[in-house]
Amino acid sequence: MTVKDIFETMDYGAAPEAAGDALAWITDQGARFGCFIDGAFAAPVETFETKSPATGEVLAEITQATQADVDAAVNAARRAQGKWARLGGKGRARYLYALARLLQKHARLLAVLETMDNGKPIREARDIDVPLAQRHFYHHAGMAQLMDAELPGREALGVCGQIIPWNFPLLMLAWKVAPALAMGNTVVLKPAEWTSLTALCFADLCRQAGLPKGVVNIVTGDGAVGEMIVASDVDKIAFTGSTEVGRKIRAATAGRGIPLTLELGGKSPYIVFEDADIDSAVEGLVDAIWFNGGQVCCAGSRLLVQEGISEAFHAKLRARMDKLRIGNPLDKSIDVGAIVDPEQKNRIAALVDASDGVIHRAACAVPDGCYYPPTLITGLSTASPLMQEEVFGPVLVSTTFRTPAEAAEVANNTRYGLAASVWSENINTALDVAPKLAAGVVWVNGTNMFDAAAPFGGVRESGFGREGGWEGLQAYTKPVAKPKALKPVAALKGEDAEPQPVDRTAKLYIGGKQARPDGGYARNIFDKRGRLIGQAPIANRKDVRNAVEAARAAKGWAGASAHNRAQILYYIAENLAARADEFAARIDLTTGGSKGAAEVEAAISRLFTYGAWADKFDGRVAQAPMRGLAVALREPCGVIAALCPDAFPLLGLVSCMAPAIAMGNRTVLVASEPFPLVATDFYQVLETSDVPAGVVNILTGAASELAPTLASHVDIEAVWSFCGADVAQTIEAGAAGNLKRTWTERTARDWMGDVGEGREFLEAATEVKTVWVPYGA
Amino acid sequence: MSHTDTMTALETGQLPQVSATHNPEPRNPGIPLDMDWVMRARANRSAIERRAATLPGRRSVKKEHQAAWLARAISCIDLTTLSGDDTPGRVLRLCTKARNPVRADILDTLGLPNLTTGAVCVYHDMIGDAVRALDGTGIPVAAVSTGFPAGLSPFHLRIAEIEESVKAGAEEIDIVISRRLVLRGDWQGLYDEMVAFRKACGPAHVKAILATGELGTLQNVARASLVCMMAGADFIKTSTGKESVNATLPVSLVMIRAIRDFYDRTGFRVGYKPAGGISKAKDAVTYLALIKEELGDRWLRPDLFRFGASSLLGDIERQLEHHVTGAYSASWRHPIG
Repeated sequence: MTVKDIFETMDYGAAPEAAGDALAWITDQGARFGCFIDGAFAAPVETFETKSPATGEVLAEITQATQADVDAAVNAARRAQGKWARLGGKGRARYLYALARLLQKHARLLAVLETMDNGKPIREARDIDVPLAQRHFYHHAGMAQLMDAELPGREALGVCGQIIPWNFPLLMLAWKVAPALAMGNTVVLKPAEWTSLTALCFADLCRQAGLPKGVVNIVTGDGAVGEMIVASDVDKIAFTGSTEVGRKIRAATAGRGIPLTLELGGKSPYIVFEDADIDSAVEGLVDAIWFNGGQVCCAGSRLLVQEGISEAFHAKLRARMDKLRIGNPLDKSIDVGAIVDPEQKNRIAALVDASDGVIHRAACAVPDGCYYPPTLITGLSTASPLMQEEVFGPVLVSTTFRTPAEAAEVANNTRYGLAASVWSENINTALDVAPKLAAGVVWVNGTNMFDAAAPFGGVRESGFGREGGWEGLQAYTKPVAKPKALKPVAALKGEDAEPQPVDRTAKLYIGGKQARPDGGYARNIFDKRGRLIGQAPIANRKDVRNAVEAARAAKGWAGASAHNRAQILYYIAENLAARADEFAARIDLTTGGSKGAAEVEAAISRLFTYGAWADKFDGRVAQAPMRGLAVALREPCGVIAALCPDAFPLLGLVSCMAPAIAMGNRTVLVASEPFPLVATDFYQVLETSDVPAGVVNILTGAASELAPTLASHVDIEAVWSFCGADVAQTIEAGAAGNLKRTWTERTARDWMGDVGEGREFLEAATEVKTVWVPYGA
Repeated sequence: MSHTDTMTALETGQLPQVSATHNPEPRNPGIPLDMDWVMRARANRSAIERRAATLPGRRSVKKEHQAAWLARAISCIDLTTLSGDDTPGRVLRLCTKARNPVRADILDTLGLPNLTTGAVCVYHDMIGDAVRALDGTGIPVAAVSTGFPAGLSPFHLRIAEIEESVKAGAEEIDIVISRRLVLRGDWQGLYDEMVAFRKACGPAHVKAILATGELGTLQNVARASLVCMMAGADFIKTSTGKESVNATLPVSLVMIRAIRDFYDRTGFRVGYKPAGGISKAKDAVTYLALIKEELGDRWLRPDLFRFGASSLLGDIERQLEHHVTGAYSASWRHPIG
């Protein structure tokens, strides 16, 4: 076309980013890559092809790592870790800073490699992925610098196995590697088989930065290699990917005592109220669901529009979709690139074709090959499969709502809980709805905003753990401690059935009422001399069901003011203090010990501690680079079940209950198995302390019997266990079902000491929700 | 437009005035003030700024396309001089530049030998000189009016000024609205004022300058845009060039979205003119992309889109010479306007 022709048509024409330098880099590396282990690239042996999804051309050969490769990588990381940690935060900060600088210096190379390998538009790789990856390393260079001063008492976990997905290959690497390295860990990372190139380029940058050998190891290959990493002798697994694989990892690591971070799928709601800036909300969807072709875990893929504006909104949306440009991802004027692999494209097509809704495919030209048009499906109900299933493609589904309450209800009608967007010009509406959404991230009048300083992560089957900010460092550190083995505590035995003056029937405590066990069985409890001192009910799975129902129903507790919750905790302490002698005697009698008085005193103090904390465990405003607030809120998890320690029948129970309820959770507590009668006395204290019904529920019985039911119960958000390795294993295996958070301790904790309380408990009792509120008059 | 040239746009490489003859865009007659619509207008600044900030990274034109787009930008320029020291000689030079915006050898190479700017924009006293200088070219003369730039002279004089300028030969009148009506939420007052201005313009097209830099919020910009269109504005325009903040991409986005809504609801296309602060060729391309994306190709013509600019043309000339020769250019190689 001549200039004169274009003067009339005003077409964009092609604006391709040059691929020459990136292709030259691949050629320079031999176009065949081995794994990066112990500071060097191993010779490639068995390889597979990595292709450009946009063109189908083979970019390079990548190694399918073997068990020996994974072992070598883990061993190298193990050898390097002690020295890397001892280098100190300030020493490590220099390396992270150098890596950030190198990422910046090679920004264009990385962006082009990413686009060629993944198919995402060059604009996104250039303007979003790579700058955010740099930012992550800069931010965490700072975290390394500050670690010794600001995180006293925390240390590295050791060797971290990290498995990342193909949708943001370099960015997810940065999210995983930067905090791990900053805190003194070493890593073995596996990029996704479809997109290994930027990770290998990063390995090259590690060499240039002079990073000590073995600190970063990159092993490549398919899911089998991921399984090898999971099975290897690592101290941590961090995984970003599908819920299905996350569930497998949860099950595979159950009982190993290694911490896990899972960042999984989503079906994130995008809520538009009638008073929103409609044009901006429509444009926001371009960033929500057509960003990276919708292949984004937190994509706003579920549109909820207020009924009165839905027709007008959909009309504007369809018009906007029709103007999207889809094609060669290296073209600078492309909005939607290629789908990562033909396999993924076929999956998307099958899901859409099976839909019962009204399908609008954008009228834009779609090139042949691995492309799928932006798609809107309207007329769906919450029961439609596509309202529930993650598509992981450029497909938006839509439904309507009537009121803010209904918006939250429909939004939360999902197994997932990663992110959400709320559009309203009314600050009251927006800030009312945001806390009600089951999501780890909420964007008000925006979408897909990320920053290294702001925690990111999900709830429900979107996983657990946070990445970014101070909160994210929890996932790569542990308390400095020399754990002692947990000694089993046996119940006292006896046969003597002396008649009691007046029989006292201990019961379960469910929904604010004393309840007989469903099974109708009780267990005899004896004192040190073998005398019968009472019977403890044996709870079964139906009692668990009832307790969880009661806890779920007590939802008002989460909304009670922190001051109010503190008052209740103090009131419990007051009433316990009034009966201190009685409880001390009961503890001594039931445990056969003599330190009951000290335990009661410690329990009263613990209640005071969490009364104090109730209104002081604050969220934080993260310093994200924008005009607005990125607020990391501390929200209650919901319903927490705790299998309390055996050894301290009162203090152990209080140490689990108090932080949980202080933060607004409701609890199902399984009392000390050998010494249950202290807990059944304790509910009398609760009854006199204005604790709302259902906030605290107490079960007695065998931990090993109750643990599977608690672990698999999908209406429990978190389970804590302090009952040893066997119960821990049961809990973690069962938790794979709904991917609830678990805190399972296998070692002995000094419940009488300082480590029996504090931030560790409060962090376990809260979920971090990051609410982004950009503003501007 | 009143001009009656019969050549096609392709033949002349120019001119809304021409294509308007064949397919004249019906003038927006205005509609009754719809306060419900006005009050529902929302503008979320952060979201709008995000869209505006990412747009230049989303669209890029290269080589022939870039040259064509820059030529298109020239065809949409209201080449402007609005200074207290304007003289007939200065205006004559400006009009000559409007007729020959780029060196002839460059235009010949591009295949657009007849390219001109969209209009020339002057104060009232310069209209006669400009009309004479542009005689026979089809380039209209636009006059700023109604007590430009502050708009605070007596109302009857503002009306009279419009009538005088039309009588003097201005085919387009750039009026300034009373900012105080917006700032006090007097939408009826703004509507009535605009209706009166439009009526005074008669056959001349009226561009309503909102002075967005003085309206305080983007929501006010959105509402003022709607009210002026309801009152019959042919164009809405950002600014006088005299405010401390003039045309910006976020403000443009708000205004053209209002234009789009107005078209969707009434079927009338209203034009858009960003003015002040656009001085780089790259910025011009970004504006054209914004219009193409949000309003569509039909608006990429001088009867519906203008740049109010004085120094933009110089930068475009250098870029075009670079396109033709492959060597970077210098300002002294191009005749000044």
